[in-house]
Amino acid sequence: METGKKGGPEIEIRGVTKSYETREGNFLALEEVNLDVEKNEFICVVGPSGCGKTTLMNIIAGLNPPSTGTVKVRGEVVTGPGKGKGVVFQQYALYPWLTVEKNVEFGLQMKGVEKKKRREIAEKYIKIVGLEKFAKAYPKELSGGMKQRVAIARAYTTGPEVLLMDEPFGALDAQTRAQLQENLLNTWQQEKKTCFFITHDVEEAVLLSTKVIIMSAGPGRIRELVNVELPYPRNQETKLTAKFNELKNQIWNKVYREYLENAK
Amino acid sequence: MNKLKLHHKGLYHMICLVVSIATAVIVWSIVSSMPDIGSVIVSPVQVWDALLTNLLSGMLWIHVRDSLFRVVGGFLLGFFLSVPVAFLLGWYEGFRVIVEPWIQFLRTIPPIALIPIVIATFGIGTSAKVAIIFFAVFLTMVITIYQGVKNVDATLIKAARVFDANDAQIFFYVVVPAAIPFILTGVRLGLASALTTLVAAELTGAATGLGTMIQQAGMYFKMDVVLMGILVIGIIGFLFDKLVTFMEKKLTSWQEVK
Repeated sequence: METGKKGGPEIEIRGVTKSYETREGNFLALEEVNLDVEKNEFICVVGPSGCGKTTLMNIIAGLNPPSTGTVKVRGEVVTGPGKGKGVVFQQYALYPWLTVEKNVEFGLQMKGVEKKKRREIAEKYIKIVGLEKFAKAYPKELSGGMKQRVAIARAYTTGPEVLLMDEPFGALDAQTRAQLQENLLNTWQQEKKTCFFITHDVEEAVLLSTKVIIMSAGPGRIRELVNVELPYPRNQETKLTAKFNELKNQIWNKVYREYLENAK
Repeated sequence: MNKLKLHHKGLYHMICLVVSIATAVIVWSIVSSMPDIGSVIVSPVQVWDALLTNLLSGMLWIHVRDSLFRVVGGFLLGFFLSVPVAFLLGWYEGFRVIVEPWIQFLRTIPPIALIPIVIATFGIGTSAKVAIIFFAVFLTMVITIYQGVKNVDATLIKAARVFDANDAQIFFYVVVPAAIPFILTGVRLGLASALTTLVAAELTGAATGLGTMIQQAGMYFKMDVVLMGILVIGIIGFLFDKLVTFMEKKLTSWQEVK
């Protein structure tokens, strides 16, 4: 049997369900989720709130165990966080007492990388996300968009094969969001990774991803996969093409249908 | 331009403080000039005279020195014990379930109630006073710091776990720095409770100290000395607070101002 890293999918989700005990009884957050994510795919997950997107991401990240089923990342069953799985949180999760530079170095520091090497790697990623001028600043001096760029740089430093992002641009205004989308696309182009990106914004999903996953709520399930066959490099102008709009409308209609079903 | 503004701001605060103190002295003078009240609340001039007399005789220094020794001693003991206990409470479930109820129980007990036990244990020497002040400081600080440790943002811990951080790393690199603002709040509250407990601690019997001075003067109805003692304790408290504020500025400038 082949279990090695060669050939198999980068992320392999098999029969994952997740239920919580609540006061009203058992709440099924995820039911029978099966999914394969290939190496260097950029997956965007969309769906109505309560469809278990974040739960699924936390399970892949190893921050939350599934009730049944297994998740394998690079052929290894996920039993906990870390081990090549980078995470970008919606709330940035920067350490307010550390400067930008030290925040970016944090993951390397935890892994025991020596100071000089740490500084070098951090500098590289701070440059990629365009924050050289703010290396010595504290998070409180940064805007939301800049904070999220720091978080992305930090996630990149330890060279994770898989990058999990939970609505990282959800709290940002439209302009900042557009800028960060391009920034993320550039970063991803420079250094390919397998990305699992949660969003509620269909346009964002189509712009970034190679494949969009539509989830439905109550219980959370994967409803449909849509391949996004748009060439890279993409930027904000990609949004003006006919193909983009066709895909966007197609996915938006499906998501809206899920939303209506859910509201019933 | 900016510097000038800042300078003005400092000056403005200074003027406000002077006006505030002047108003207090005026109100005090008016109250002390009322018949009947005047014999208890003596005038600022009389208190000033008492201050000068005691300063010149050197007695006040001895009282201040001995009291400060007890306050600082009790505070330091309380500080060095409360920090680890608070972290253990926040970090270890097993420790928490057993010790937290003890602390919740003990903190409602006024330190004065312990005086007989303290005297029986330590006699009436310096250690008795330090013990009572320690008791008050420890309880105040342990609760404040524990709240801080307990309320560390869970996402910050998750973010560290994602980088394979172990428990020790999470403790030293996330929990401790996140708790520093709470430790400083604990220091401020602890110093305040050390001072408020001082008079009670000196009830265990002492030849010197500000609390002793106040009590003895009270027995002879020397209200000028009583008020002077109260004033000196207040000034020490004010200076302590300024010191903590200064430390906060140095250590927690990274904090978002809410």
